Amino acid sequence: MSKNNDSMKKTLTVAFLLCLVCSVIVSGAAVSLKPLQERNQEHDRRSNILIAAGLIQPREATFERVNAEFEKIQVKVVDLRTGELTDAISPEEYDQLRAAADPATSDTLASDPAGIRRLERYGLVYIVGDLENPDRIIIPVRGSGLWSTLYGFLALEGDGNTIAGLGFYQHAETPGLGGEVDNANWKAQWPGKQVFAAGSMQPRLGLSRNPSAEHEVDTLAGATLTARGVTNLLQFWTGDQGYGRFLAQFRQGV
Amino acid sequence: MATETPKSVLITPLFKNNPIALQVLGVCSALAVTTSLNVAVVMSLAVLFVLAFSNLSVSLIRNHIPNSIRIIVQMTIIASLVILVDQVLKAYAYDISRQLSVFVGLIITNCIVMGRAEAYAMKNGPVMSFIDGIGNALGYAVVLLIVGFFRELFGAGSLFGIQLLELSKDGGWYVANGMMLLPPSAFFIIGLMIWAIRSWYPDQVEEAEFKITANTKSGEAM
Repeated sequence: MSKNNDSMKKTLTVAFLLCLVCSVIVSGAAVSLKPLQERNQEHDRRSNILIAAGLIQPREATFERVNAEFEKIQVKVVDLRTGELTDAISPEEYDQLRAAADPATSDTLASDPAGIRRLERYGLVYIVGDLENPDRIIIPVRGSGLWSTLYGFLALEGDGNTIAGLGFYQHAETPGLGGEVDNANWKAQWPGKQVFAAGSMQPRLGLSRNPSAEHEVDTLAGATLTARGVTNLLQFWTGDQGYGRFLAQFRQGV
Repeated sequence: MATETPKSVLITPLFKNNPIALQVLGVCSALAVTTSLNVAVVMSLAVLFVLAFSNLSVSLIRNHIPNSIRIIVQMTIIASLVILVDQVLKAYAYDISRQLSVFVGLIITNCIVMGRAEAYAMKNGPVMSFIDGIGNALGYAVVLLIVGFFRELFGAGSLFGIQLLELSKDGGWYVANGMMLLPPSAFFIIGLMIWAIRSWYPDQVEEAEFKITANTKSGEAM
């Protein structure tokens, strides 16, 4: 290393040129790969919805298959406060998680069993079939487990009460314990369970050591806190503060 | 240094001077990304790319790097390469990149990369530095793959995601060892590996810094 390398001029020149070259490389990669990355994210989100709804198996989630199946799904926005569908917001552009983080489009929760802190005012809903008389209603759910927030989708039959499937697409629970929420055998217990008792607005679904045949499934062994979190978040999102009012429209005798 | 050949630079870091086993660098990511072999392989390739090209780039401009900012210069090069890898993974291997999550980004702080740039690339020519980068990345990869092999086989009963041992939860005979999927098991496996390698090359055994005296006998304590 020669002496003149340490002069002020040389130092600044090297720093400037290096930053220039590196920034060109980094921004070039970021810009040119962006379309592919966005396509992947969208594909990932769509396959999670379809897998949760039980419309496809995880192994079949190819681009063609997912896009074809997703054609059958109508994406709508629900006003969570009234439970009515709304056109105030375009579902294509609405980012529910971003809305939840923005104080202008969300409210702090006074009672927060799911541990999500802020609740957005509008929620997305994915409807398979006719809007009045749907085959499936799929709602996004999220909430705190032990280590992480779990993000998933809950699929209901057209009666707004019978569960068709549940799947989480993002979480960081303990592998082998809480992480068993991804276990296909455990998830297979969900279809057929009822969210509500007849005539009630109070969600009853959840995980339990002695599951009742109608509403509950087996808890996760060794994962008490994750199991409690999953129960809470499911009850929250199907309850009054979540999609409860919206689902009530499809139920009879409520 | 005079006796170094491209071959020795490539081969030595595999076992004789393994960055994880002997220098005990880069252990953090070795714990995190070895729960399955798929992830371990992609991580190894990412480190291979970053290490080889950061060594090459640092070596190419080594005669122009001012001493006062040399660490920052190295970091900038490494960080740019890591971002490049991260972007490519997100575009072409989305599932794997989600499993690797922050650990691709953390290659920036992987001591192996910085260590080789500072210790080797700053003093040697571009070709040798490039080979040195590949050699050290392969040394890292060897450890990752061996640890990943044991963790995935015993923790999930599979290799590269292909089920080999029928799991009891799916009606088979093998009760998965959940601990293998948790970080401590990687410590055990790396520890056993270091033991094995040091038995093979006894000169790697470090001299004890102090000698532990025998336990106090009950008679003396009275």
